Amino acid sequence: MPSIRAALLVPAIVAAVGMSTGSRSAETETPSTAQGLAAWEQVYSVLTHPRCINCHTATNYPQQGDDRRRHVANVVRGPEGKGVPGLNCAGCHQESNADSTGVPGGHNWHLAPLSMRWQDINDRPLSSAAVCRALTDRSKNNNLDGPGLLKHNEEEPLVKWAWAPGRRPDGSTRTLPPMTHEEFVAATRRWVKAGTPCPTNK
Amino acid sequence: MATYQLNVNGERRELNVDPSTPLLWVLREDLKMTGTKFGCGISACGACTVHLAGVATRSCIVPISHVGDRSIVTIEGIGQDTVGRAVQHAWVETDVVQCGYCQSGQIMAAVALLKQTPKPTEKNIEESMGGNLCRCGTYPRIREAIRTAAAQITKGGA
Repeated sequence: MPSIRAALLVPAIVAAVGMSTGSRSAETETPSTAQGLAAWEQVYSVLTHPRCINCHTATNYPQQGDDRRRHVANVVRGPEGKGVPGLNCAGCHQESNADSTGVPGGHNWHLAPLSMRWQDINDRPLSSAAVCRALTDRSKNNNLDGPGLLKHNEEEPLVKWAWAPGRRPDGSTRTLPPMTHEEFVAATRRWVKAGTPCPTNK
Repeated sequence: MATYQLNVNGERRELNVDPSTPLLWVLREDLKMTGTKFGCGISACGACTVHLAGVATRSCIVPISHVGDRSIVTIEGIGQDTVGRAVQHAWVETDVVQCGYCQSGQIMAAVALLKQTPKPTEKNIEESMGGNLCRCGTYPRIREAIRTAAAQITKGGA
């Protein structure tokens, strides 16, 4: 019996060590450009989800809903992306979701700056390449380098809100981006480690 | 139910209500302050506008549990403030009101505008007041009253 148990255990231990080593190497190795580009496409799929892109407009107003319709109440961008006096974002959007009334909320609710628009003026999402170019342009992205972009995607409260967006006025839950926040951060990390490559097409 | 300590128009008020109750209904039903109006209930019309820590806020969609210790100013208290008083005077002088239902919200939004922008442009007025609806169509008189109040405030007459 002992020899049988040993025969069963040894391969299992070897396999476990091998998996562990493989995982560690995946974390430490620099991804290839192709792997980086693949990771970027995952990131892009999140950025263009309504929970994210609704506040990355090219227009003078935010959007709302999965159909990305114009925001109610004639809300406008304002000079700092926070609305205007009398009609500030914070006049409805509180520090956290208000599920009993269906109004989403989070710290410092605001629109992304126009330099981080991910749509054209007709509300069509920009291409993967165009968003990538803008996101990696430090003259447009608040001077963030790769690690800065990773930190933003990992920690920024409004980014994290996309995965806890609360309930609609009818009580149903808002839809989520196409992957978990952890997967999004991991994809961002791979893209950053690969040197933030961008697709070369338009 | 939960107990809340509110600062409404400078007075401490304590009440025991369901945390999900919108601020509007706390004001109207529990505190019997009916100057703030229910219009649409979905933050689309502005009739329920009050100030929360100075920010014009749609009280119909803010649960009382989200108010915290921020000061609340309603139409009943806005006249205690120099800008608020100037706006109220301009409203009367210009005879803005028709049916009057939306006007408390209009005044609260106008005060918020003038506190941050004492000399508003036409665009400022349009953008700041664009979310406050008036079924009577008193918009031209609202604009005129805001211009009148702004002139009074900037010459120090408020």
